[in-house]
Amino acid sequence: MNYPSWRAYRVWQRDRDVFFRMWKAEFIPYFVEPLVILTALGFGLGGFIGLVGQQNYLQFLTPGIVVAYAMFTATFECTYGSYIRMEMQRTFDAIVSTPLSIEDVITGEILWGATRSLMTSVAIILVALAFKVVPAPSVVLVPLVAVLTGLMFGSISMFFTSLAPAISSFNYFFTLFITPIYFFSGVFFPLSNLPPVFQTISSFLPLAPAVNLSRAFFYGEVHPGLLWDVAFLLLLTIAFFLASLVTMRRRLIK
Amino acid sequence: MPPVVEARNLVKKYQNLTAVDSINFQIEAGESFGFLGPNGAGKTSTIKMMGCVSPVSGGSLFVLGQDVTREPRAIKEKLGVVPQRENLDPDLTVGQNLIVYARYFNIPRPVAQARSKEVLELFNLQDRIKSPIATLSDGMKHRLLIARALINQPSILFLDEPTTGLDPQARLLVWQKLSYLQSQGITIVLSTHNMEEASQLCNRLIIMHLGKILAEGAPAEMVKKYVGKEVLELRLSTGEKPGFLEKLKQSGMDGAVSAEVGDTLYFFDRNPATLGNLTSLARQVVQRQATLEDVFFKLTGKALEE
Repeated sequence: MNYPSWRAYRVWQRDRDVFFRMWKAEFIPYFVEPLVILTALGFGLGGFIGLVGQQNYLQFLTPGIVVAYAMFTATFECTYGSYIRMEMQRTFDAIVSTPLSIEDVITGEILWGATRSLMTSVAIILVALAFKVVPAPSVVLVPLVAVLTGLMFGSISMFFTSLAPAISSFNYFFTLFITPIYFFSGVFFPLSNLPPVFQTISSFLPLAPAVNLSRAFFYGEVHPGLLWDVAFLLLLTIAFFLASLVTMRRRLIK
Repeated sequence: MPPVVEARNLVKKYQNLTAVDSINFQIEAGESFGFLGPNGAGKTSTIKMMGCVSPVSGGSLFVLGQDVTREPRAIKEKLGVVPQRENLDPDLTVGQNLIVYARYFNIPRPVAQARSKEVLELFNLQDRIKSPIATLSDGMKHRLLIARALINQPSILFLDEPTTGLDPQARLLVWQKLSYLQSQGITIVLSTHNMEEASQLCNRLIIMHLGKILAEGAPAEMVKKYVGKEVLELRLSTGEKPGFLEKLKQSGMDGAVSAEVGDTLYFFDRNPATLGNLTSLARQVVQRQATLEDVFFKLTGKALEE
């Protein structure tokens, strides 16, 4: 097994430079979509729902949307984004003929995905504040949860990308994996509303612990049980990160 | 001076296919060295192994005195690589492509900027520094690829099929620039299936076929050794070949034909006089200088480009 070096930072810089060259095309959609969701669901649907526990629906929804979009951002970056750079633009080929290794490239890509998650999460928190959602001071830790979420979904996505035979394969990834995760990880309703079997399944979906952490830090309800959520995120991140290093080398270095 | 590349019993295998079959060669500093052969000869595999991007399956390979399997990063630091398929970063402009690429080599930004200007001027691209890649012609992209490979001031420049797909004018420009670079002391290593490119650019080359080296030497010497000075081509009319060959046999010269493709017969190192009045039976008689193409034909019975 080959490990990445600090040179992964060079790939991160490359992705950052490209992003800021065309940030309008890249950033606006990720900003607008959560805005639409918070408005439509938070205000519109929320009017029907009334209180979830002690919170109105917008308050309940916001922390989940923050990490859900952290997931989407990193996932898009490390599926479609990385695949295009790898197969169509052959950017990875160009980079590995310099002193960088394929492991540096993969690591840089995932780190950039997580950085995008961080930016998305901050944007949504700011929108929520404008909507008069009142968080606890510990909300400053929520972007950190978004980074962890980004690293985890970036790694999972990169692993899938390393196995994807064609760009259309990502349709399966999104429909069969990301969409159910989005709806069944406690973003839109408390998992306790589900029948017990589904509750158990849901609590093992990778986004569920991120939603728990985000909600807890957003409203200052920190408790020791959250350590399990952190451990879950870290464990999954490390496992998929290492796996993607192996499978990407197998795919690209022949 | 020790050789800049030294391969011993070098092997490359892909599953069941042996692309490079235990070859030995050395490249000296300052040479312009070519790998000539048709598609599937093992040229690209060899170049990729030297560039430390494809693992060696057997034997040993040293580049700039270091083992490619042990010190890939240190070796790659000193290489320039021009790939067969264009892989410029389409998300960046011409200038940004060079700056970002320089960063992979830890070249400080002011140095990278100065060198970008230099290499763009060398390839007549200085006016395009702010252009997006998509606006460049194929010829310009090709020149930019070579310019990019020079950003770290490499000791060796590897080029895999450097002019494939270029129009003759663009090709000529690339050849001129490569000759200039060689005169500046850079070792040039290229693969090609174009014999004109090989004889124009390389002072020494290897002819490869199916993973093996068939011949090695300076282009002109190889032509002289394997073919001779001149080649006589007799182009016959359709259907007249059997009759002609029969007549040739009657004059006791049936061993004289070196090769035949369709209705054309090739006689290496002969002038028309030796064939006597037989030449009058041909539709067309061409007498020309022998080339590397003929050498390849002689060695394999096949044409280089088919």
